[in-house]
Amino acid sequence: MKRHLNTLFITTQGAYLKKEGQAVAVRIERETRLRVPLHNLDAIACFGRVGASPALMGACAEAGVSFSFLTEHGRFIASVNGFTPGNVLLRRAQYRAADDPAISAELTRSIVLGKIANSRTVLLRAAREGADAESAERLKHAAGRLSASIVEVKAADSVDRLRGLEGEAASRYFSVFNDLVLVAGDTFRFKKRSRRPPLDPLNCLLSFLYTLLLLDIRSACEATGLDAAVGYLHRDRPGRPGLALDLMEEFRAPLADRVALTLINRQQLGARDFVRQESGAYLLTDDARKRVLVAWQERKQEETRHPLLDARTSVGLLVHLQARLMARRLRGDLDAYPPLIWK
Amino acid sequence: MPFPEADLLPISALQHLLFCERQCALIHVERLWSENLLTTQGALLHRKAHEGKPETRDGERIARGLTLRSLEVGLSGVADIVLWRPPEGRKPQGRTLLDAIRQATAEELTEWSIRPVEYKRGKPKANDCDRVQVCAQALCLEEMLGVTISAGDLYYGQTRRRSEVTFDDPLRAKTLAAATRLHELMAAGETPAAVYEKKCDSCSLYELCLPKAIGRRSARDHFDRELAASLADE
Repeated sequence: MKRHLNTLFITTQGAYLKKEGQAVAVRIERETRLRVPLHNLDAIACFGRVGASPALMGACAEAGVSFSFLTEHGRFIASVNGFTPGNVLLRRAQYRAADDPAISAELTRSIVLGKIANSRTVLLRAAREGADAESAERLKHAAGRLSASIVEVKAADSVDRLRGLEGEAASRYFSVFNDLVLVAGDTFRFKKRSRRPPLDPLNCLLSFLYTLLLLDIRSACEATGLDAAVGYLHRDRPGRPGLALDLMEEFRAPLADRVALTLINRQQLGARDFVRQESGAYLLTDDARKRVLVAWQERKQEETRHPLLDARTSVGLLVHLQARLMARRLRGDLDAYPPLIWK
Repeated sequence: MPFPEADLLPISALQHLLFCERQCALIHVERLWSENLLTTQGALLHRKAHEGKPETRDGERIARGLTLRSLEVGLSGVADIVLWRPPEGRKPQGRTLLDAIRQATAEELTEWSIRPVEYKRGKPKANDCDRVQVCAQALCLEEMLGVTISAGDLYYGQTRRRSEVTFDDPLRAKTLAAATRLHELMAAGETPAAVYEKKCDSCSLYELCLPKAIGRRSARDHFDRELAASLADE
């Protein structure tokens, strides 16, 4: 079993990582500040001006520790990968499925159903917990519309139609996003989703968490031998990890959005944790970014149960299990891709 | 028809095949591998067996890590240890036993005792998979050297005992049949369906194979139920 291990996040600017035996040593101002055995890690993520020795990168590739470089603000730049693992037959099956409209539609339908069902659960849960009566009413209404979307998605049989329904469902979900934010004030008022760049603190926070989620899912695809680039809901576009984005859909609301909302509603983040650039783009401060990383890491360590596999696991491993189920579907071992339905 | 070199399959795969055809396909077709305590112990034991220096002891040469192949059977691999003993009462040619082995003709070698010894962690198993593996090594040695090998040994780490394996006709037939089946499985490139059995619990690929989840029920039915349950909420 792939155990759920830690991700080492390096956010100190100017840090240098080197290999010492089978451990990674973190050097800051020529002093070793931290030493972690590689077998305790499943990922290293370097933010901003962080260096690393080729020997360490090689050892990570061999030990199956994913190694990524991100900008200071958490935008993915590059990762170090060894030889593509896994099975050429699996990748061929993945490509054939992408060229087959019927299979593509089937997989897309599962992905979209998983996404909408889980978004709906997040809304209903918020309606039960903490929301005032008016908010609860709006949340329930939106959840009802998502139920209607699910009925439409079940009947849809073309990828284009499914993409359209996914877009509608996403805007229904975000239309009540403000009802999920329980703190007073305008800091976290949601207007609309903006990504490049995020134009308010909430979008900034969501984008950062989606980046972290996407990193984990890309790693899970790679580790399973899938090509993270070839997806079904997401069309091929050079440089875009289509399959990783597909597999991410069922996790966005219940994992990333909920971590964001918890941080906001518990007031662990506030207006002072964001910097507004002259252009209107928002950035997390260094200190706030660390708090988000800690919250993310803690969430991933929590125990849960995978319903289909009927096995206890950690939240962080769920992405690996789902990537394996996708591989099993593509290889014909399963009769459908079963997205994880969060309770 | 002999196999081309490019189509030789690993001898070690026979053992996976006899343990479970799905495990064999997961490792050799899907290229999945996962270590657990048992596989790591096994790897350490093999490394110890391979890494020692070649030596001569009591008039017998101990060769380690010999690379073997048989084009007839279509297998290649590495023997942990092969023991070479010259014929009783006859001084072999050459300064050392290694020289003697190098200089011996195939005909002379038929007089030698040549024994593959395979190291295994654990203890002797009820099934034949270890015996098949060492027999496959013998088949390779026979083809490469032009000799007949009548017996070899399995050394078990847990009992620290050798047990002799006689390469009789039933074992040879079983080994050939396993090799044929292995070639079929690899040529098909498909992974047999999972069927959960008790032995699955000790398999290091359990979490990659997911025999309980994948063997017995429909993912579609499961997903439909989960979705319906989720929608029934509120």
